[in-house]
Amino acid sequence: MSSRDAVLARIRAALADAPEPDPVVRDYRTAHVPGADVPVGHVPGADVPVGHVPGADVPVGHVPGADASTGHVPAGRHVPAAHVPDEHVAVIDLLAENLADYRAHVHRCTEAALPALLARLLAEHGSRSVAVPPGLPHGWLAETGEVRQHPDEPPLTARELDGIDSVVTTCRLAVAETGTLVLDAGPGQGRRALTLVPDHHICVVRTADQVVASLPQALPRLDPARPLTWISGPSATSDIELDRVEGVHGPRTLDVVLLE
Amino acid sequence: MSGRTYLGMPAFPVEAKASTKDERLRANLRHATHTIRDKRARAVGELDDWALLREAGKRIKDHTLRHLDTYLLQLEDRVTAAGGTVHWAADAAEANRIVASLVHATGETEVVKVKSMATQEIGLNEALAAEGVNAYETDLAELIVQLGDDLPSHILVPAIHRNRGEIRDIFRAQMGRWGRPAPEGLTDRPADLAEAARLHLREKFLRAKVGVSGANFMIAETGTLVVVESEGNGRMCLTLPETLISVVGIEKVLPSWQDLEVFLQLLPRSSTAERMNPYTTMWTGTTAGDGPRDFHLVLLDNGRTATLADEVGRQVLRCIRCSACLNVCPVYERAGGHAYGSPYPGPIGAVLMPQLRGTTSEVDASLPFASSLCGACYDVCPVAIDIPEVLVHLREQVAAQPGHGAERAAMKAAAWLFDHPAALAAAERAASATRAVHPRTLPLRPAKAWTDSRDLPELPAAPFRAWWKQHRTTRQEPAE
Repeated sequence: MSSRDAVLARIRAALADAPEPDPVVRDYRTAHVPGADVPVGHVPGADVPVGHVPGADVPVGHVPGADASTGHVPAGRHVPAAHVPDEHVAVIDLLAENLADYRAHVHRCTEAALPALLARLLAEHGSRSVAVPPGLPHGWLAETGEVRQHPDEPPLTARELDGIDSVVTTCRLAVAETGTLVLDAGPGQGRRALTLVPDHHICVVRTADQVVASLPQALPRLDPARPLTWISGPSATSDIELDRVEGVHGPRTLDVVLLE
Repeated sequence: MSGRTYLGMPAFPVEAKASTKDERLRANLRHATHTIRDKRARAVGELDDWALLREAGKRIKDHTLRHLDTYLLQLEDRVTAAGGTVHWAADAAEANRIVASLVHATGETEVVKVKSMATQEIGLNEALAAEGVNAYETDLAELIVQLGDDLPSHILVPAIHRNRGEIRDIFRAQMGRWGRPAPEGLTDRPADLAEAARLHLREKFLRAKVGVSGANFMIAETGTLVVVESEGNGRMCLTLPETLISVVGIEKVLPSWQDLEVFLQLLPRSSTAERMNPYTTMWTGTTAGDGPRDFHLVLLDNGRTATLADEVGRQVLRCIRCSACLNVCPVYERAGGHAYGSPYPGPIGAVLMPQLRGTTSEVDASLPFASSLCGACYDVCPVAIDIPEVLVHLREQVAAQPGHGAERAAMKAAAWLFDHPAALAAAERAASATRAVHPRTLPLRPAKAWTDSRDLPELPAAPFRAWWKQHRTTRQEPAE
């Protein structure tokens, strides 16, 4: 018997008399920001009736497309976020606050002011070189002057990346409640190594359509087939006396530009 | 390097007797555990639906475990479809053989490792060393442990027993043996120590061809693996090598992508007391032009199916390795992690290891007793594992084994005494009257065995019954 078959047989033997456990109930909040929480049903914009309490013998089946015993909505289902402007301002403010709380440097600017801001951030970091992912909007690095630009086409080696001071990218989305940026290697973001090896990462977030309040609102908008990197502040460690130190192996400086 | 193992370690009471007398260890642990437990309380307090998230997490895990075969097969299917290769390991030896042969196939003799409880559990580093492969730990705390030829003592912070001065001394003495030496004049500032680790490990990351990891979660629906971390060493190991080998316990599977919305809220706040850990990497098979070209997933049983068969004990398989239970445990705080004799210390280790390894060894049989049953561990557990319930259940199992006659007799004796108040009163009076001559430990077997691990408490001058009788008669009692 192969180990695969042996392990599966052991699992089935172990569970032979096991009762079906209580059904999964997803009655937690879809967001904790006032106004951004959709009371029940965890899918923003979904029209979902209320009424599940823990222990109630009713499977969650009110979300269209959800499975009865696990209450889950299949991955990859695109769900539009439903923000009204006032709430969205609160969500963006919370993102800025939480990013700063974990030692990211947060900047706000308009698209027109972005090239000058990026040039200033590179200069302030003392960067003489910057890695450029495929698909970064033309013109963003138009005012960086002496800073040498290294497009990742063809791909830079890890050692080449190690010699580059900074990298500028976009992101897939940002999560306000946790102060998180999510990159999915799409246009303007590049492959994962690009935002890992250089010591300085500048990430530009389009606030109009890339900021969600919470994890339950973020996951449906992400494609699990893509390699994903979630970034919440610069790299850090608490391994020495549980004292948080920013900056170990990943970029030690994280600048986040919230583009208005 | 990594020569030490937990094999043949003494039982908890023996090890704890020594460690509780180590003043520096106790000071390090007290400082660290108190710091993190307060932070955790604040991070959890931010979410007013924590109880609902905890209940959802518990139920998702219970549902998954009940249908574990189905979800593992679905996972295997999705990982394979995404370009990965899935291996099944019935036990530690088989997992180690699989990893060693995969490394040999690459022609490499060194691997970089992400911190992983599963590979600690199976002793992978030692097994690879025996095969001529150097495994470099890259998590800062694991590096401290490995360079110090030491053993981990905490799930999240394996070097929690070391303070900054000790860490500086280890770096100065050992880094040069394995690569780039510590910088001249290295201080004990945490930022300087982290910088020394960055410089020491960067060279290894840049040349590494093989990475080895565990995973925090595996998603059956999509074939996605998830690793949460803080330092970026995980991203380095998961992204830069050409070959990635992940060794993951079979209980780490979750049914759906959506389930991450629960566990990515529960884990960071319980573990590092953060809203979110600095870095999380998620990958599904392989991606052309981004990350490793070859991905191998080794699914590890190693006692998990035996645990699954125990209707009380199986709840332990819900564990997401956050270590919140260690940080609140009064026994862990005083005894330290090494006393538990396994990579899983603290309350969760006391219920996990006797199930994974059985209770035939002295250390594993002693673990269910390494607790005061205060219940703080259950309160903070993000997946509501009733650790005291499992401890009592395992104590019953151990007590039923041959060789525990004395303990059974002691419990029987206690039961009899409490059923016979007059005898109890007489015994108490006798004990009080003679307390000046009481020893701190009992001299004769089998009672000696009990006090090997417990100092006898000092007895009060009068038994409680006598005190009560006196105070009841001298106080104005309310009418009944």
